Amino acid sequence: MVAATVSGGEIGRSLPRLEGRDKVTGRAEYTHLMQLPGMLHAKIFRSTVAHGRIKSIDTSAARNLPGVYAVYTSDDVRKVIAEPYYGPAFHDQPILAIGKVHFVGEPVAVVLASDPHVADQAAQQITADYDELPAVFDEVEAAENKTLVHDELKPAGTFADLKHLKGRKGTNIALDFRLRRGDVDKAFAVAANVFEHTFRTQKVLHLPLEPHASIADYRDDGITIYSSAQGPSFVRTEIARLLGWPENRVRIKVPYLGGGYGGKLYIKLEALATALSMLARRPVKIAHTMEEHFYTITKHPSTFRIKSGLDKDGRIIARKCEVWWNGGAYADIGPRVTQKSGFTASGPYDIDNVSIDSYALYTNLTPAGALRGFGVPQLVWAYESHTDMIARALKRDPLEFRKQNLLRDGRPQATGTILKDTAIEKVLDRIAERLNWKQPFDRGKGVIRRGRGFAVALKAVISPTTSVAIVNVSADGSTTLYCGTVDMGQGSDTAMAQMVGEVLNMPAESVRVVPRDTDVTPYDMGTLGSRSLFHMGHAVRLAAEEARTKIGDLRRELGEPEGSNASLADLFRKKYGMQAGNIVGTGIYKPDYIPPDANGLTTNATPFWMVAGSGVEIEVDTETGQVRITRLINVADVGKPINPKIVETQLSGASLMQLGFSMFEKMHIDGGQVTNASLADYKIPGIHDVPPVMENEAVDTYQSNGPFGAKGVGELATFGLSPAIANAIEDAVGVRLTELPLTAEAVFRALRAKANKPLGDE
Amino acid sequence: MSPATKTINFTLNGRPVAADVKPHHNVVEMLQTQFALFGARESCGQGLCGCCTVLVDGRPVSGCLHLATFLDGTEVVTVEHLATSGKLDPVQQAFIECGAFQCGYCTPGFVMMTKALIGQHPDPNDEQIRDYLSGNLCRCAAYPEIINAVKMAARNSKAGSTG
Repeated sequence: MVAATVSGGEIGRSLPRLEGRDKVTGRAEYTHLMQLPGMLHAKIFRSTVAHGRIKSIDTSAARNLPGVYAVYTSDDVRKVIAEPYYGPAFHDQPILAIGKVHFVGEPVAVVLASDPHVADQAAQQITADYDELPAVFDEVEAAENKTLVHDELKPAGTFADLKHLKGRKGTNIALDFRLRRGDVDKAFAVAANVFEHTFRTQKVLHLPLEPHASIADYRDDGITIYSSAQGPSFVRTEIARLLGWPENRVRIKVPYLGGGYGGKLYIKLEALATALSMLARRPVKIAHTMEEHFYTITKHPSTFRIKSGLDKDGRIIARKCEVWWNGGAYADIGPRVTQKSGFTASGPYDIDNVSIDSYALYTNLTPAGALRGFGVPQLVWAYESHTDMIARALKRDPLEFRKQNLLRDGRPQATGTILKDTAIEKVLDRIAERLNWKQPFDRGKGVIRRGRGFAVALKAVISPTTSVAIVNVSADGSTTLYCGTVDMGQGSDTAMAQMVGEVLNMPAESVRVVPRDTDVTPYDMGTLGSRSLFHMGHAVRLAAEEARTKIGDLRRELGEPEGSNASLADLFRKKYGMQAGNIVGTGIYKPDYIPPDANGLTTNATPFWMVAGSGVEIEVDTETGQVRITRLINVADVGKPINPKIVETQLSGASLMQLGFSMFEKMHIDGGQVTNASLADYKIPGIHDVPPVMENEAVDTYQSNGPFGAKGVGELATFGLSPAIANAIEDAVGVRLTELPLTAEAVFRALRAKANKPLGDE
Repeated sequence: MSPATKTINFTLNGRPVAADVKPHHNVVEMLQTQFALFGARESCGQGLCGCCTVLVDGRPVSGCLHLATFLDGTEVVTVEHLATSGKLDPVQQAFIECGAFQCGYCTPGFVMMTKALIGQHPDPNDEQIRDYLSGNLCRCAAYPEIINAVKMAARNSKAGSTG
C-alpha cells in the first residue's frame, strides 16, 4: 500500500532509472530478442544497383532449398496490400521494390523460414537482373534535376506540419523551405564586409546496438506488431492506412529500445513485417543485422552555403543561407528536417535581413531521416564555423563578436517569433568561464600545438504535436501511468514517474509506468526531437492533476475534514465499502502554433527553444594531423532538470556520439555502394575516445511554460561540438576545415597545403 | 545437407548441462535457443561490440564468434548467474547507482567484462579499465559513468570479500 502523504520533492531528484535492475540483469525486453510461437524468420534480398529497372528476379533456387517456407516479391505483397507504399512525409517507399530499385540495399525479395540460417542461405541464392539507369548521389547535383530519382512525388498528409506538401514531377526536390526577412540584397549592398563560405557534412548513421526489429502477427480480425519503434502511435496509423482498417484493430507493442537516436522513428520494418505475416498467415520476425542498418536509414549529408554582411561596427546586418539536404532514395522525414531546421539556419544571432533556402533532395542513396538534432547539428557546423572565421578575419575576439550579435530574449528570431526563455548568453558565458577564455592560453611551440574553440546553438522544437497520458489510481492507492513515450535510454519512464509523484505526493519508485502498447497507452506523436519531456510531461502533469482534483472531490464527498490524513485506500474503502474502484485522470497537451507564411515567417514557430553549446581544448600533432581532445565542455539550457543525473548522462552521451560524427565516422560510398557497412570498418566512439576531462553543465534556468519549469535535453549536446573542434584546430595550427569528419588525414592535408606542399589525391 | 550435430557437456551457471549443437552454432545462439538465456545478445556479429560477452573458464569471450562446440568441458557463466539469489552483484549495483547505461542493450556485456576485470585486477587503475573495456561499445556513450561504476564495483567487491 502506498501512503498518500509522503513528502514530495520528486522534481530535481537524481533517482536512478526505474528499469535499472532489469537492464543490469539482462532481463529487460527488446524486440530483437523476442520470440512468438509459430514464428517465421525473414531474410531480405537487396538491390545491388543504385538505380535500375528490374528485368527479372529468379527465386527458384531459394524456393527449392529444404526448410524454406516461402519467397516473396512485390508481386505477392500487392496481392494483400494494393498500394504498398509508406512514409511519414511522402507515401513513396514501397514495401518491396516495385518495377525499379532506387538505392543499393533496397529490399527486393524476402525469404521466410523457421530457421533463420536457412532463410539467410536461401536469400543469398536469389538473383535479379536490372537495366541500370543513371544515378545521382550528390545533393547539389541532384538539385539540378538532370537525373531524376522518382518519376512522380507522392506526398502524405499525416502530420499537421507537413500538410502543405504537394505532388510534383520532373524534380528531385521533395520540399523547398523559404524564409525571407527584411531585404538581404539591399543590406549586402551597403555592408562594409561580406563573407561567404560553404560547408559540408558526411553520411553517418545511428547504429543503435539493438538493430531494427519487428514481429508482425496478423489475424483476420486484427494485427499485433512488436517493434523497436520510437513512435508506436504513428506506426499504428500507418499500418491501419495500409490495411484500410480502423486503428483499433492494429496493436503496436514497444518494449525497451536498445537505442534509437531517431533511427527507429516513424515506420521502418513494420510495413514489410505486416505484409509477410498476411501472406504467410503466421507471425513473422524481421531482425536486422548491423550491416542492414546501413541500407535502412542514415543522417542527412548536407551542403550549406552561408553568406554574411557586416556593417563597419561589426554587426551582422544580413545573412543568406542555402542548404541542400541529401535525403536519399525515399523522403522519410527529410521534409521536416528541411523545414524545421530551416527555421534556425541563420543561427542564434540578431540579424535584421535573413534569407534562407533549404532543399530536401532525393538521391540514389540509403534514405536519410532524423538523427539526434533534426538537421540542426549540420547547420550549427556551418554557421558556427562561419562565425568564427568572420571574427578571425576581422581580428575580433570570437566571444565578444558573438556577444555583440547575439539574439536575446524579447527580440525576434529569423522567423519573426519573439525569443523567450533562452539562456544563450548565459550558456556562452559559462563555456567561456570554464575555458578561462579571457586568460592567455599556451598554444605550444613544437610538434604538438594546442588550441581551443567553442560554439553555441539554437533550435526550435517541432510543433505542433500532441501527447496524451492517463494516470490511474487504484483502490489501494497505488498509481499507474499510461504513456506512449518510448524509453530508448533517455530515462523518460523515470522522469514521467517523477512528475506523477510530484503531483500526487508519492515516491516515483511507487508509480508503475506501463510499457508502450497502443491498445492501452493513448496517443503520442512520437519520441523525437527532444519533445517528450515537455509535451508528454505536460500531458502527464495534467493527468496527475486531474486525478488529484478527483481525489480532493472524493474527500469532500466523504465528508473528510480539511487536512485529514486519511489514506487513498481509506477513501476508496469508505466510498465503495471494500477495496474497489479507480480514479482516472487524463491529460492532453498540444501547444499553440502558427504555420509559417509564404515567406517562412510566423509569430509562433515553437513552444520552446533549445539552447546549448560546447567548448574544447585540443592538441594537434603537426607531423600526423592527429587531433586529441583534452577537454570537452558541454553547457545547455534545459530549464529546470527533472532528474539532474539523467540530464548529465544525456548531455555527456549526446556529446560523445557527436564526437564520432565530428572526428571519424563516415559511410564510404563507391558508385552508390556502401563499402564499410560493418562495425569493423565503420568506427564508432569507444572508451578510448572519451576525452580525459569532460564537463557537463545545465545552467540555472526555468522554462516558464514547461512542466515544472523543464524542457527537452536529448539532442542538445550534439549541436556545438563539431564547429567547436574545427575552431580549435584553426586556433592551434591555423588551418580551417570545412568538411566533416575532421580526420587526421584532413588536418594533415590542410597543414601541407598551408605549407605550400600539398599532398596528391588519395 | 544438414551438418552433423554434436552433443557437448559443460557447466552453465553452476549446473552441469548438455546441448546438441551444429558446427555453425555460436555461443549466443545456443544460449538463446537451447537455454532461453538472452542476457548475451548479438549486435555487431563480429566480436567488436561486446554485447555477447560471457565468461568461459573465467575468461571473457565474444559469444557471437565463439563456436558453441568449443564449450565442451568448460565452465560458462552468463549475466543471469550474477543475481541468482535475488541480490544484485556489486558490479550490477554499481552500474545502477552510477547511471552507467542508458538503453541497456550493451549493459550485460559491460557487466560481464567488468566481472572479468575485477577478477584479474581487484583494484583496477584507469588504464586497466580502459584496456579491458575497449572491446565493449556503448552507442549511448555512457562511458564516463561506466568508468565510475567499475571503480565503485571494485571497491564494493573488495569490501564484500573481506567483510
